[in-house]
Amino acid sequence: MNPSLVALAIISGIVAAGSVVGFFARFHHKMDLEQWTVGGRGFGLVLVWLLMAGEIFTTFTFLGASGWAYSKGGPVLYILGYSPLIYVVSFFILPLIWEVGRKYHLQTQADFFQVRYGSTYLGAFVALVGVVSLVPYVQIQVTGLGLIVEIASFGAIHRTPAIIVGFALVAGFVFMSGVRGVAWVSVIKDLLLLLTAVFIGFAVPHVYFGGIGRMFATFAQTNPGHLTMPGATKNLGHAWYVTTVLLISFGFYMWPQYFAASFTARSGRILRRNAVIMPLYAITMPLMFCVGFSALLIMPGLSNGDLSLLTLVRKTFPAWFLGIVGGAGALTAMVPAAIQLLTGATLYSKNLFRPILAPGMTDQQVAKLAKIMVLVLTSGAVILAIYSSLSLVSLWLMGSAGVAQLFPGVVLGLFSRRATTSGVFAGIAAGISIVVFLMLTGRDPYFGLNAGFIALCINFVVTGVVSALTPVRVAGFEETLPTLPPSQSGSAVSLT
Amino acid sequence: MKRPSLGAILLGLVPFVANCFSVALWDRVYPTVLSLPFNFFWLISWLLLTPLCMWGAYRLEEPRALDTRSEEGGTD
Repeated sequence: MNPSLVALAIISGIVAAGSVVGFFARFHHKMDLEQWTVGGRGFGLVLVWLLMAGEIFTTFTFLGASGWAYSKGGPVLYILGYSPLIYVVSFFILPLIWEVGRKYHLQTQADFFQVRYGSTYLGAFVALVGVVSLVPYVQIQVTGLGLIVEIASFGAIHRTPAIIVGFALVAGFVFMSGVRGVAWVSVIKDLLLLLTAVFIGFAVPHVYFGGIGRMFATFAQTNPGHLTMPGATKNLGHAWYVTTVLLISFGFYMWPQYFAASFTARSGRILRRNAVIMPLYAITMPLMFCVGFSALLIMPGLSNGDLSLLTLVRKTFPAWFLGIVGGAGALTAMVPAAIQLLTGATLYSKNLFRPILAPGMTDQQVAKLAKIMVLVLTSGAVILAIYSSLSLVSLWLMGSAGVAQLFPGVVLGLFSRRATTSGVFAGIAAGISIVVFLMLTGRDPYFGLNAGFIALCINFVVTGVVSALTPVRVAGFEETLPTLPPSQSGSAVSLT
Repeated sequence: MKRPSLGAILLGLVPFVANCFSVALWDRVYPTVLSLPFNFFWLISWLLLTPLCMWGAYRLEEPRALDTRSEEGGTD
């Protein structure tokens, strides 16, 4: 039988099985908005851990990390560098975000800004930053799906149609499953992905070199410069590493979907314990690097490093195994994409469109709008995926630089009484402008520093200066602030 | 909000120093440890050591968090 048919059939089977699980999981629960967005705030240690770990292990880690190990070398270590540090930061801020979330019935990140700084417009602005930054993240998932289809079909399906297949899968999955369904599929894809990642990570170096140690020994003899920074690049040295690791460490939980995930916990203590153990989950990451490094020794000269893992799997293992890896990879793209799309659509409808443009909208109209937004966001990501040639990791760095600009507003919002609405507004605006300018003009890294980090520093300064010059309207969460109604707009974002 | 204790902040800084600020000291291939390049070995070790630091921070912070909860009359 034709190997591409075998591989594609198995991928389709896994994707179909995942979608069916998602589809049926949603029937067991009748959900209001509180249940739908934050799981009724009743998740325990294991479920929060699974939810957070599952959302974090995306196509970016699976294909992107091995891709950068292949094409860039040493600089890929920044992923391993920031992985434990994001949880250190989360240890200090998530329990507090959870606490105010419960007190004021917050459901989204924009709600946090709206209540803390007493401004619907600031909430809307934060929602806009979140939605726009989510587009490249969705683009990563759509591109990843396209790569999987392209490789598994042995090139018979070209890039553009493959990406459109990816789009159809993601959009269909969101409409079929809803968030409860997505959570269930997330557990399945995590198990499948962990097993395949660990297997490939050990098996590939073993087949070609007789073990990971020997693979590195071969590497150290032939191309030692690739294993340290700046690796195969000219400008990703130690200064870039430090600034990028700091940017991601501070910015990671500013992704609106991860920020809101903290609201699902049953208590702040769960989030603290979670932060203590989460770094252990990243232990699979170095295995992805090993696959990328092995691929460079075995088949140098691929035009796109992001293809290295899949191409190597195709070259090494039988077609049915490529199908399993492809299927695991496809679910790994679809689950986070679904969560990103649902978060983006919710933010847009709840915090941006309705309060600013159409306060009179009914809940049904908002729900319809959210559905349309899922399609708009996915289409945007697809168009970008077709026309851009950026690597998966570069896309991730771009979106991260955007959401990281929300960090000063969150941290000062929690710990300072002096931060003002205008200050935070001006800081985010300055940060985002600098990110956009430096990235669009090809100045990232800028003088060897991460552009998003430069923007974050200026953001902090602007927030501080403008806050000092403007009157404090709300001095912190300890004041009794107006609470959001417990189940605002019932079915507003219920997409199913 | 209640700020974290100095001890917890210092424990949280340890992984930042190890993984981030000290990069120039450990970003090298030799000496290899367990046949891994040194930079790999170093970062992988800190995946295991960071939970230890944060467990210490947890022990310091959790009693304080409990105090806050009882002050507010919370039952959680």
